[in-house]
Amino acid sequence: MIETLSTASLRAADASLWSQLFQFENYGELLVLLQNSLLAGAALGIVGGLIGVFVVARDMPFAVHGISELSFAGASAGLLFGFGVVEGSLAGSLIAALLIGILGSRAQDRNSITAVLMPFGLGLGILSLALYSGRSANKFGLLTGQIVAIDDPRLTSLLIISAVILVGLAIVWRPLMFASVDADVAAARGVPVRVLSIIFMLLLGLAVAVSVQIVGALLVLSILVTPAAAALRVSASPVLVPVLSVAFAVVSMVGGMLLALGGSVPISPYVTTISFLIYAACRVVAAVRKRRGRTGRVRERPEAVSGRVAAAPAGR
Amino acid sequence: MTIDITGTTADPPAQGGAGVVLRLRNATLGFAERTLWSGLDLDVAAGEFIAVLGANGSGKTSLLKVILGQQRLLSGEVTFLGEPLARGNRRIGYIPQQKPAGEGTPLRARDLVALGLDGHRWGFPLPSRRRRTDVAAVLDAVGGRPYAKVPISTLSGGEQQRLRVGQALAGGPRLLLCDEPLLSLDLAHQRLVSELIDRHRRERRFGVLFVTHDVNPILGMVDRVLYLAGGRFRIGSPDEVLRSDVLSDLYGSPVDVIRTHGRIVVVGAPDGPHSHPDGLDVLHDAQHEPDHGGPDVTEGATKP
Repeated sequence: MIETLSTASLRAADASLWSQLFQFENYGELLVLLQNSLLAGAALGIVGGLIGVFVVARDMPFAVHGISELSFAGASAGLLFGFGVVEGSLAGSLIAALLIGILGSRAQDRNSITAVLMPFGLGLGILSLALYSGRSANKFGLLTGQIVAIDDPRLTSLLIISAVILVGLAIVWRPLMFASVDADVAAARGVPVRVLSIIFMLLLGLAVAVSVQIVGALLVLSILVTPAAAALRVSASPVLVPVLSVAFAVVSMVGGMLLALGGSVPISPYVTTISFLIYAACRVVAAVRKRRGRTGRVRERPEAVSGRVAAAPAGR
Repeated sequence: MTIDITGTTADPPAQGGAGVVLRLRNATLGFAERTLWSGLDLDVAAGEFIAVLGANGSGKTSLLKVILGQQRLLSGEVTFLGEPLARGNRRIGYIPQQKPAGEGTPLRARDLVALGLDGHRWGFPLPSRRRRTDVAAVLDAVGGRPYAKVPISTLSGGEQQRLRVGQALAGGPRLLLCDEPLLSLDLAHQRLVSELIDRHRRERRFGVLFVTHDVNPILGMVDRVLYLAGGRFRIGSPDEVLRSDVLSDLYGSPVDVIRTHGRIVVVGAPDGPHSHPDGLDVLHDAQHEPDHGGPDVTEGATKP
C-alpha cells in the first residue's frame, strides 16, 4: 500500500521534472520564435571552437574564466546604467583581456592577475545587479545564459563581433600557432610574439563577450575550452583539431538550445552537459586507441636510420 | 697564455675560403651593474662549428640573444651576412634545449618541422604538395619519417631534438644557434643529434654556434672553442683553449684541465662570478665516452 503510493508520487514527480526539462509541444512554432538564438548559438560555436584551440595550446583556460567575470561585471553595469548589455560586456572583457595580456606574460603572473581580477569583477557585477530594478530574468541570464533575449539588433551585433573574430583569427592563425606552441623558436625566427599575444587577448575578449550573452558568465568555459580540449584528446593535426573543435562546439550550442526550447530551465545545463559528454567520449576514444597501441608510429628498423647517420663522417 | 689566441686578430677560418656569416667586432655585453664580456671579436665562417663554453652566468646564452636581436650590445657591432642585425632573422636557425611539450599541443612531428618552413607567414597554412615534399625531405634528413604523424607531446626528448634540427634546417639557415640542445638527452641521442648538426653544417655550409656546458659530445666535431669566463674570453682550437694554463689565466684561479680516455674534464673552475663555496666544479660532466675518433664509434655507454 505504502509502497504503491510512494512509487506513484515518485512517478508524478518524475513526470513534472521531465516536463520542466524537456517539452516538445508546439515545437515548430517555438523554433521560428527562437531562430535568432539558434543563429547566435551557431556563430558562437564556430568562434568558440576555433579560439578554444589557442586557449588550450596557450594554457589559458583560467584566464578565460577571469575575463568572463569582468565581462559579466560590464554587462551588469550596462543593464544598470542603461548603456547596453552588449556594450558593457564588450568593454568589461576587453579591459580584462588586455590587463591579463599585458601584466601576465608569464604563466605564473597570469594566474595570479586573473585570480585578483575575477572576484573583483564578480563583486562589481553583483553590486550592479543588486541595484538594478528591472526584470530579474535579465540578471540571472547574464550568469547562467538566456535563450530568448536575443532580438534582431543584438543578433546583428553578435554576428558582427563573431565575424571580426573569425577574420582576425584567419589572418594571424599560423604565426599565432607558432608563437603559442613554440614561443622561443618563433621569436628567434622573427615572429612578433608579443604583438600576437596582445592581438590574441583582444580576440579572446571579443569571444568571451559574445559567449557571456548566450551561455552566461559562469559557463563560458564549456564553449571556449571543453570542445577544443576534447578535440585535442583525439587528434594533434593542426587542421583536424580546429575542425573537430568547431563541430563539437556547434553541436553543444545548437543541440543544447534545441533541447532547452520548451523547458523552463536556462539553456546552460543542456549546453554544458552535451559539451561534457563529448569530452568524456573523446577521452574514452583516446584511451581505447592507446590500449590498442595505436600511436601513429610507423615501424622502422632503428639501425637503418642511426646507421646512416653514423656513416657520415663524425670527426674531421 | 699569450694574447694571440684570443682571436683579436681574425683567424682565417678552418674551412678556408668560405665567407664569413657572422662578425662581432669589439662587442661588449652587460647589464647596469656588471659586464658579461667585453672586446669580443669573432668571425664565424660558413660551415664552421664553434663551441661556446664557460661557467654559468658567463653570458653564453646572452651571446645568442644578441645574435637573435633580442638583446643589445653595450658597445661594438655585430653583422650577419654583412648587414646589421634585425630582430629575428629567417636565415638564422635556432635550436633551444629540450622541453617537454604539453598534451594540449596541436602539432605532430611534421607540423613542427613545417613551422620552421613557413611558421612566420600570415594566414592559415593551406596544404600543398610542395610544402608536403619539402617537409618530408627534412624529415628524411633527420630520420623523423617513422614518427612524422605522431603528436609531439608523445615523442621522446631525443626525437624532439632531431625534429628541432629539422625545423632549423627547413628555414635554409646560414647560421645555426644551439642553446644546450643536448641537455637531458641520453648518450645515444646526444651523439645522434650532434652528428646530425655536424653532418648538415658540412653539407649545407652553415656556421654553428653551439652553447654547451659539456664539450665532450661534440669535441671531435668543433673547429674552434669560444670560452667565456670572468668577463673575458679565449678563442681557438680545443687544444689551444682547453688547457690548464689558459683556463687558469682566464678564471684568475688555478683550474685543472684533465684529459682522460679522450675526454676533457675541467676541475676547479669557479661557477660564474659568484664562486661556489666548495670551489670545485666539474664543468664538463663526466658521463660521456669519447666519440671524436671518426666514423668507428662504438655503441653503448662505456664508463671511462
